Amino acid sequence: MTPLHHYLLLSALLFCIGLAGVLTRRNAILVLIGIELMLNAANLNFIAFWRYSPNPEALHGVMFVIFAIAIAAAEAAVGLALIIAIYRHYKTTNLDQVDSMKG
Amino acid sequence: MTLPFAIIAGLTVGSAIAAMSLRNLVHCALSLVVTFAGLAALFLQLNAQFVGFAQVLVYVGAVAILIVFAILLTRSAEPGPPVAMTTGAGWGIAIAIAAFLAMAGAVTSSVVMQRTAPTPSAVTVRAIGEKLMTDYVLPLEVIGLLLTAAMIGAVIIAMQERGPKS
Repeated sequence: MTPLHHYLLLSALLFCIGLAGVLTRRNAILVLIGIELMLNAANLNFIAFWRYSPNPEALHGVMFVIFAIAIAAAEAAVGLALIIAIYRHYKTTNLDQVDSMKG
Repeated sequence: MTLPFAIIAGLTVGSAIAAMSLRNLVHCALSLVVTFAGLAALFLQLNAQFVGFAQVLVYVGAVAILIVFAILLTRSAEPGPPVAMTTGAGWGIAIAIAAFLAMAGAVTSSVVMQRTAPTPSAVTVRAIGEKLMTDYVLPLEVIGLLLTAAMIGAVIIAMQERGPKS
């Protein structure tokens, strides 16, 4: 059986890959993909801690992940709709050019 | 570390890096599908069958299709200009590496290193359904409301604005 900290390190690595993508890429869709990666890394942590907990019958980790998946799906739908609206207005998805509200 | 975990973890991390670094957006979306499938395999390996199949249905199915549709609708599939990074990309990567080192240090120095897995118990879908309908019935209703609101909101945001009638 794989020890718990391997799963934790893997999810930390996935989170940081998503973070690097969010911070460095210019395209709005890729930023959203990075956020999805970070959410998935958190879900992996929930499931790993649930599996290694002394009382897995309580199902807390599984319930948390089910609700997190539902919220992430809603977030993806609204985020992509916003990107399409921004594209229709500015004719670009490059975040460096969508700066008319910049102070 | 077991061999199946090493294979799945390598595939997941490799495709995640590809999804975040490739130039062509369609290739990024396809790499993202591989990442989601790898995470579903990890969930199945951790004895969470229901979550693994929900991951396949929601992410590999719905979210990936949504992202591909958004890429096609914004016509940004063709490679952009040579510099595809924001200004100060080095800072972003440095921050991500620092965050990983902090998290890895916290994990390796904590007490979870000694924790061992209890014998796997058969978690049935029936048990999950009973939990959802008893202890978690209020969050379930709120999630249903949230999904409805998100769906209506997404349709309204993305709907074509009609000009004044002429």
